Amino acid sequence: MVSGLINANPVIYEKKERRVRGAPSDADEYAVEPIDEQEIFDILLNDTEKICIFKYPEHPYSLEELKVITEDAIEVNDHRSYVRVTFTPTVEHCSMATIIGLCLRVKLIRSLPSRYKVDIRVAPGSHATEAAVNKQLNDKERVAAALENPSLLDMVDECLAPTYG
Amino acid sequence: MAEPSELTRHIESYVDTSRSQTQQTASLDSITSLVKNDLITIETLVKEMEMYLTTTDNVIRARGTLLLAAVLGNLVLKPLDNVTIHSLIGFFTDRLADWRALRGALVGCLALLTRKSDAGIVSATDAKAVAESYLKNLEVQSLGQHDRKLCFQLLECLLERYPNEVASLDELLPYGICEAVDGEKDPHCLVLAFHIIQALVQLFPDPSGPLADFLGELFETLESYFPIHFTHPGEDTDVKRDDLSRALMIAFSSTPLLEPSVIPLLLEKLSSSLPSAKVDSLKYLSYCSLKYGADRMAKHAKAIWSSIKTAISTSLKEPTESITSESMDGLGFRENEIAGEALVLLEIVVLQNNDLYLSLILDDEDISTIFNIITSYGSYKDIPLQGKERLHVVGRILYITSRTSVVSCNRMLETFFPRLVDILKLSMRNSSRECFVNFGALYLCMELLAAGRDLIIGSNYSISADEACFCILRSSSDSLINALCSNLAITAQEVAHDVDVYFRVKSLQILATFPEDHLPISKSAFENCLTTLTSIIWVDFNKTLLWKLALKALYHIGSFVSKCHESEKVLSYRSIVVEKIVSSLSDDNFTLPFPLKLEAVSAIGASGMNHMLKIVQGLQGAIFASISDSFVHGNIRSAEMAIQLLQCYSEKVIPWIKETDGLEEVLLHFAVNIWGHVESWISHDVQVHEKGLLDATMMAMKLTVASCSGEIQNAIIQKAYTVLSSNTSLLLKESTLTSIPIRLEGLQLTERADSFSGKDELVLSLFASVIIAVQPRIEIPNVKEILRLFLTTLLKGHVTSAQALGSMINKFGTKSNRADISYGFMLEEAIEIIFKTKSWNSQDNGVVSSDDNEIGLTDLCLGFVDDRQLQINSIVGLAWVGKGLLLCGHEKVKDVIMILLECLLPGGSIRASKSKQGLSERISEKDLHHSVKKSAADAFHLLMSDSEVCLNRIFHAIIRPLYKQRLFSVVMPILQSSIRNSDSSFSRSLLYRASAHIISDAPLIAVLSEAKKLISILLEGLSIFSEDPLDKEKLYNLLLVLSGILTDKNGQEAVIENAHSVINCLTGLMFYRHMMLVRETAIQCLVAMSELPHARIYPMRTQVIRAILKAVDDPKRAVRQEAVRCRKAWASVASRGLHF
Repeated sequence: MVSGLINANPVIYEKKERRVRGAPSDADEYAVEPIDEQEIFDILLNDTEKICIFKYPEHPYSLEELKVITEDAIEVNDHRSYVRVTFTPTVEHCSMATIIGLCLRVKLIRSLPSRYKVDIRVAPGSHATEAAVNKQLNDKERVAAALENPSLLDMVDECLAPTYG
Repeated sequence: MAEPSELTRHIESYVDTSRSQTQQTASLDSITSLVKNDLITIETLVKEMEMYLTTTDNVIRARGTLLLAAVLGNLVLKPLDNVTIHSLIGFFTDRLADWRALRGALVGCLALLTRKSDAGIVSATDAKAVAESYLKNLEVQSLGQHDRKLCFQLLECLLERYPNEVASLDELLPYGICEAVDGEKDPHCLVLAFHIIQALVQLFPDPSGPLADFLGELFETLESYFPIHFTHPGEDTDVKRDDLSRALMIAFSSTPLLEPSVIPLLLEKLSSSLPSAKVDSLKYLSYCSLKYGADRMAKHAKAIWSSIKTAISTSLKEPTESITSESMDGLGFRENEIAGEALVLLEIVVLQNNDLYLSLILDDEDISTIFNIITSYGSYKDIPLQGKERLHVVGRILYITSRTSVVSCNRMLETFFPRLVDILKLSMRNSSRECFVNFGALYLCMELLAAGRDLIIGSNYSISADEACFCILRSSSDSLINALCSNLAITAQEVAHDVDVYFRVKSLQILATFPEDHLPISKSAFENCLTTLTSIIWVDFNKTLLWKLALKALYHIGSFVSKCHESEKVLSYRSIVVEKIVSSLSDDNFTLPFPLKLEAVSAIGASGMNHMLKIVQGLQGAIFASISDSFVHGNIRSAEMAIQLLQCYSEKVIPWIKETDGLEEVLLHFAVNIWGHVESWISHDVQVHEKGLLDATMMAMKLTVASCSGEIQNAIIQKAYTVLSSNTSLLLKESTLTSIPIRLEGLQLTERADSFSGKDELVLSLFASVIIAVQPRIEIPNVKEILRLFLTTLLKGHVTSAQALGSMINKFGTKSNRADISYGFMLEEAIEIIFKTKSWNSQDNGVVSSDDNEIGLTDLCLGFVDDRQLQINSIVGLAWVGKGLLLCGHEKVKDVIMILLECLLPGGSIRASKSKQGLSERISEKDLHHSVKKSAADAFHLLMSDSEVCLNRIFHAIIRPLYKQRLFSVVMPILQSSIRNSDSSFSRSLLYRASAHIISDAPLIAVLSEAKKLISILLEGLSIFSEDPLDKEKLYNLLLVLSGILTDKNGQEAVIENAHSVINCLTGLMFYRHMMLVRETAIQCLVAMSELPHARIYPMRTQVIRAILKAVDDPKRAVRQEAVRCRKAWASVASRGLHF
């Protein structure tokens, strides 16, 4: 780990007013509510608890306030069991990118049905070693290995701490 | 005299520090009681303790002193003579110098000083000696927390009880106090310290007195605590931040002498970034302003004014996008606590230094430049956010300032109102084609108008109408109304922003409801306003907000009109609003959708008694027309309308009438009219197509009757009886009064009330409704006849009859509690009739031949007649009668329960066949049919649950407290033992079903006390209910009981014992298809279970996690969320990690 902060003074964005989901229709008990972008976003940022939950590893701001994740950057297809999250690190050489990506992946794996294929990517042009990071994040073996590393897992768990991991 | 050795033993035991806490307390108590009961005197005690009080061993001396002090503390009420008190206080005063035995000395001084005067108190000189010794010897800040607290308590006590004595110490006192308080950090001690300072300051009011030199020091001490901020939240729960803050505030404001230092401090802290500091500063400023007085505050006016302005404008948040028809303050910006406090402060200071602040406000640049913003933008959405903010701030300030007094209202209106009206007029003239009113000007006008109105109302109309401000308003009110009306008429056709619409309607409403004497509005303007608003109601129902606001405005104008005595306005309102809306009810030409029409009708009606009378008249006319149309001519469309009308009548009109005095006649009129109509249909062929219409009519009838007084109920019931008895087909002939005909054949399961004509059913249902709703003491004509009528009809499957029967039974008094026997019909008699009346078999051509053929209700339930539907009908009837008995606490309910239980058990017909040999041939020996048994089990649900249609408080049922607990404790043991003894699986499942009904409706506390025994029954019940989708509500209720058990400590123990089966059951329910709430609750229960002791649940962990993995893929979002939470909870049951 590097000592000192990688991005000591990040830009903080106002949280966007969340669109409120209409009350679930009680009319049809058997209707299916497919998993959609907003739900993924809520899983990652946990709107239900009203506190900034998913902590950016080196700042006490939520990923939303740093615009690391936006709702537009989530692509989901419930029918084909596929989700892709594209996130934007705050600075180009951010070494935290892989940790953020790993956290996102773990969070999604823990919250989505097992039929889902999760794809985590860095936004094009937002990171110096974009290809490497993408490759690392989507390599099953490397992810599994990372999660067997106790100190790494501790770090992930800490990032996800107040959420329902 | 007690044995000295015993006393010594107690003293020894207390002084010995190696003894346990309880032993020491016990010996203290014994010594206290010895002294209290005069077994030993204080002198003896002191003499006995001499050695402990004077020894050179510090520990023993400290304990000894403390013992004496504690004994005295327990004897506050025991009279002591002056000599004793003098010597004791002298002793403790000396001991204050002994820092090793200080605790005892402090407690002793406190105990003596706080004595009540009738038990002997410390003399003034002694008290002064204590104070002197205190100031000389004590170094408070070097002591521990508890001792410091005692020191402060002692000081507080001296200041409060002996103010003159301590005051004579002059400078020594403030000096000592400053020293004692300085650097204190404990919240408990601080509250005392602030109080001490307050008391001290009030002791020396003279500005040149002894306090003069210490003011600065005192302020410095206090200053360091402002604003109160807890660095370790949650540690001290008994002293809240607010308590401490309030104590400090009172200390600050204790003397005007502190003003030169305090106010600048508060103003400075307003710029703090800590929100709580801002709120506190504003609160303190308000409080101190009042205490310091106008003169002293005058010099700070400028600074305070600008602080208020900044505080309001910096604390605003963006307005919420959606404006509801609810009232809002200003422009709908969300104001936080800071802004709220700032406005409170503004009101206080304006009231205090009126002229000064008025000139400050009027000369303020921010306020005068607001006109630039106003004139440069037109409608709301054109104004940039910053402009809106400033507009809001100015609006709030104008409102608050104008509202404070007549003088300020005059000044404000003189200055602003004409200019605003000019801008408005200009904007209207310039843009007559487009719908365009200058928003800012309109908004500020409205705030000023509202302030004027609230000022008049707040002063109880004591303000003269000749004040300048009202003259100004008068000059332009009519033209303003007319302009707004023409504008609103255009608004309806244009797309206008919600906020624009809101303020246009709101301004109109305020103008129209302005107190009459102060702002008379011409008839034409008033009528114009009403016409505009009503036409919005008729035409613009698509614009929801506008429509709602218009209706609300009409309601407010209506209630204003009905309160004032201006007959002209009353007439206008009646002819333009009320009459038109009444006539619309019978007229289909209006395009306004029917539900909205009804909403408008009830809202307008609620605005005043006379309006409601008119409306009710119209409503009743419409109701009668449409129900006649439906019942007599079978018009389906009318039926739908009638249902809506009746619902509106039941839900909106009746509650309003109930709350208003003197309108009972209306209810009587309605009920009698319905009966009149029913009577007139007797020659027609009445059809009941719509069950909904019959239900709605019945509910309206019940509520009408229930809301009347006894006298009127009597009148209604007489009328109803007349109609009933004129309908000959229902009431039985005299000869058959002892028995009831039943038909044995031709009843199919699907048939309901088959043998009624539509007319009979209507009359019967309405009559039953009246019976259900009457109060207990109302006499029912020809009771026996009615009882038999209901008994007959309930056997035909008419449930309302059964309910009426239950209600009758419930409301009869028993012999014991009814003194007035002569007029009443006894409960016992009624029960006699119900249970003993024999039915005869109509198959035998109506010949009541032999005793063998007679069977009662009980026997019917038990299956003497092999007819399922009849049995089910009897069971339902029996259940309602039982419910009536249960609620009033009659013991006969036990018989009902026994019959029901007998139906459940296999061989339930055995007893019957034994006792009635004659009939047994015709009764098949086999068990009762499944559906019959099931309805017997479900009868327990009926007994336990709260009904909405009858036997509740609204319908005057007699309800004994704790009746559910009683039934629960009576029936559950029987059911439990029956379950144990039952050998057939089917009847066991029915017993479980009955138990589940009782468990799910019983109060949770009763279930919890027996949780261990009940949990297995509960689980069985869950699995039985989960079989049939029709039982899903019951399943959910029962599951809620389980979750209640899981959150209770006793319950958890029961669950732990059955953890495995509970988890099996819950994992099954996680996939219950038919109800999302069941799945969600089952998962929540599992979350709760993850908190149970690790060892018990660990073995089930894999099973649970596997099930949750599937639940994560639930069709419903809420369930998925809970599943994720549950998964996390159970994953942490294991040491680490999840299985992916």
